[in-house]
Amino acid sequence: MIAEIGHYALVLAFFVAIAQVVVPLYGAARRDTALMGFAAPAASAQFLCIAIAFGALMHAYITSDFSVANVAQNSHSLKPLLYKISGVWGNHEGSMVFWVLILALFGFAVAAFGRQLPDSLKARVISIQGLIGLAFLAFILLTSNPFERLDPAPLDGRDLNPLLQDPGLAFHPPMLYIGYVGFSLAFSFAMAALIEGRVDPAWARWVRPWTLAAWTFLTAGITLGSWWAYYELGWGGWWFWDPVENASFMPWLAGTALLHSAIVVEKRDALKAWTILLAIITFSLSLMGTFLVRSGILTSVHAFAVDPERGLFILGILIVAVGGSLTLFAVRAPALKAGGLFAPVSREGGLVLNNLILSVATVTVFIGTLYPLFLDAMTGDKVSVGAPFFNATFVPVMIPLLVLLAIGPLLPWKRGNLRAAVEKLWVSALFTVVVAGGILVLEKGAPLAPVLGFGFAAWVAGGVVTELTERIRLFRIPLGDSLRRLFNLPGAAYGMSLAHLGMAVFICGATGEMNWTRELVATARAGDTLTLGQYELVLEKVERSQGPNYFRDMATLNVSKDGVPYATLHPERRLYPVQQMPTTEAAIRSGISGDLYVAIGEGSDLGGYIVRVWVKPLVPWIWAGAMMMVLGGLFSLSDRRLRIGAPKRSRRRPAAPAVTEAGD
Amino acid sequence: MLNRLLFLLPLLIFAVIAGYFTVPILTKKDPHLLPSVMIDKPAPPHDLGPLLEDKPGVGPEALRGEVKLVNFFASWCGPCRVEHPILMRLAAETDLPLVGINYKDQRDAALVWLRELGDPFGRIGVDGDGRAAIDWGVYGVPETYVVDASGHIRYRHVGPLTAQALKETILPMVEQLKAAKG
Amino acid sequence: MTPKRRRLSIVLIGLAMLGTAAALVLTAFEDNLVFFFSPTDIAEKGVGPDRRIRIGGMVEDGSWQKYEEGLRSEFVVTDFQNAVKVVYRGSLPDLFREGQGVVAEGKFNGTVFTASEVLAKHDENYMPREVADALKKSGRWKEGEEAK
Repeated sequence: MIAEIGHYALVLAFFVAIAQVVVPLYGAARRDTALMGFAAPAASAQFLCIAIAFGALMHAYITSDFSVANVAQNSHSLKPLLYKISGVWGNHEGSMVFWVLILALFGFAVAAFGRQLPDSLKARVISIQGLIGLAFLAFILLTSNPFERLDPAPLDGRDLNPLLQDPGLAFHPPMLYIGYVGFSLAFSFAMAALIEGRVDPAWARWVRPWTLAAWTFLTAGITLGSWWAYYELGWGGWWFWDPVENASFMPWLAGTALLHSAIVVEKRDALKAWTILLAIITFSLSLMGTFLVRSGILTSVHAFAVDPERGLFILGILIVAVGGSLTLFAVRAPALKAGGLFAPVSREGGLVLNNLILSVATVTVFIGTLYPLFLDAMTGDKVSVGAPFFNATFVPVMIPLLVLLAIGPLLPWKRGNLRAAVEKLWVSALFTVVVAGGILVLEKGAPLAPVLGFGFAAWVAGGVVTELTERIRLFRIPLGDSLRRLFNLPGAAYGMSLAHLGMAVFICGATGEMNWTRELVATARAGDTLTLGQYELVLEKVERSQGPNYFRDMATLNVSKDGVPYATLHPERRLYPVQQMPTTEAAIRSGISGDLYVAIGEGSDLGGYIVRVWVKPLVPWIWAGAMMMVLGGLFSLSDRRLRIGAPKRSRRRPAAPAVTEAGD
Repeated sequence: MLNRLLFLLPLLIFAVIAGYFTVPILTKKDPHLLPSVMIDKPAPPHDLGPLLEDKPGVGPEALRGEVKLVNFFASWCGPCRVEHPILMRLAAETDLPLVGINYKDQRDAALVWLRELGDPFGRIGVDGDGRAAIDWGVYGVPETYVVDASGHIRYRHVGPLTAQALKETILPMVEQLKAAKG
Repeated sequence: MTPKRRRLSIVLIGLAMLGTAAALVLTAFEDNLVFFFSPTDIAEKGVGPDRRIRIGGMVEDGSWQKYEEGLRSEFVVTDFQNAVKVVYRGSLPDLFREGQGVVAEGKFNGTVFTASEVLAKHDENYMPREVADALKKSGRWKEGEEAK
């Protein structure tokens, strides 16, 4: 019964979406306030309907209603509650419902918080948002109904893939989706602006926080996914450059560019057409990510052809959305009035360069991801493009960005002086040389990669610190005044520094992991001792026991570091009987200097177990860096929220311009 | 003019990319969708010896009389294992005769396989050297053919049977052939 | 600088960067594209002993031999027409099984394929994409339902 309500709610949402698209758009064209006013309630109703549908699906999962086919295929009565819930989005149909739920949520957010948006812009944004929702609701209803019944209902479900039964992965898809789908709002705003024929700073003030929110979630989502792959797959890898990962990384790169170009629109009323284009591209890449993962085209080009319904449907949505929006762009964008002028060497110039670099980087990832598919479709040749390709293309493309990252924020708006900016950076240049030199000595000059990696990290970090000291005028005014300045800095300033610093930390982590990892694979019996670097591991025992929906072999290893007891680790190997699938649960001891990572393999007939040990320096820095970027996004958002209320507040508190003044 | 062109550029690039990707995908004839040259021809008249002692093999006359499915399988074939439960269900839930042809297999392995996973077939012929498979136009195992009452091949399914293929294509076709006959 | 000139120069810089990237991509393709061979491809086309390739197919039933208590493995990868013997030192992925699809990366010296990496990765379909295609017979293996 509840499942039928859910299905009905989805159908209702579909029809609400039709009204949400047509009425406000027509109203905006006719300048009819009443019709435009229809937008907000429609968006709310849309969100309500989809929320009901999603709730119904979740109910089916929580109560293990196996008469619903989707539940039977992806859940199991013995599964812990958390994974029953995460099972909702751990499968194709459920994840699409989640997708439209987030989409509707963003539409609802515009309806709820967009009071001071111009009527016509608001109506059009909500209408476009509804149009995207309409396409995906049709997709769900026609090809992927999550509420399909099974008759007779099986006694128990087929269980969610054990690899996915993990806290990291329970939250990874929602985060990722909020990120992906969040860019839809930037897209809707871009479309609305093209229809309106105008883009102004007020527009950018709206687009930025939403883009920032989406970007923050996407960053968190990608990080969680990477972290999950690191500890769950038992390989100690954290980024594989595989197409599924790249599918989320491309919108991230484009979104990062969008974030920066929107600043220029907001502050300087320039780069409008480019920003619109970036908004389109960012969301298109999000759609493409959905397409790549959902169509099965990654499994095989043929899988796509064999199940053409879903794949073709999303491909159709993709082509109409991207083609349509780019056509609108080609027609309307030339009419956008060009805004503020700026010299090549200026903050704007720096941000333009940032955008160009990020775009080119996106292109390299795009090519590396799609070329194998392309070749397969054209010639049937199978190739794989792995990490070496991306290390040889993406990395060199990004290096100039790191150089720029320290300089850009020091340039003033409109017209800057490169020499002045570079002169401010002498301390950080010195720091860079010291760090790079130190690494060179440490490494005895052998591989250049770590020298470069840590060198650039130092340069970026130095740049961030320099920018901050410049901003608070450290040592040039009394220390107390400097500190007061520091505390009064707007959230956006903290956000930028934190995110950029996060970049530096991340680079350290990635460089350390890639260059200094040490590995040992050996067979051990109880009582055996393994030695890797400073670590000595004694395999105490391996015990067999039973978990809620799996069996496990759990090893106990006593680890000492430089002869001092360091940790006791319990790597496991699990077998999930329902899906007949083994998984590896690595044991990881994290410290600031790196991880000790231990996994056990299958036991042999002679009682030995394969033990894999890795010493992975600086891995926690990868996550720390990414978390700093997320925190930076949150800090910036806290600032924005104030800003959006600014028109009202500034009447009471004229101090607001101080906030506006702060550069990002 | 140049300006306009600049704004048109993204669309053009997209059109090229989209074209390059979608055209081959959409037009490429997938091997699975290729109709067999054997379609609507009489099934090759091989006399295949029985695999099991208590079950007949597959002779030329075995393929006539009613509508049936002919399934090529082998114990060494992974995808066959995947489709096997579907065959088992088909045998349990319908009265559609299933004819198995054991392709290039070792007898013992095939016996173990059937004992382990169950035997859905009404008769099983042995095609030890793959001769029959060549005449049928088998591309690889598993493959499943719909053979009508007059012994003509009507449909060919490449790869493991799926519930979807069965529900949407094969069973409706079987019904149709039965109706045509009656 | 007028907006028009500015736009033009931005576009030019962009194109220059794209050109650089294209050059990088092309050279990287030359060095880093790993071609995929099925056992039949290897038998028919032949592969130089120094070329890194990937092979894929099914692990032949009964062919998996473990030495040194599982540290070194030998198995046969087959596409049911031809077969290649693979040796690998290290621990095989969780999903490695006889009768399942596998992809190995390494070099082929004419008789034995020495793998430096054996992949099953987090492909939950047990069937890496290339394998599914190489076997060609398997049709739709199972539709991709990755959660990512």
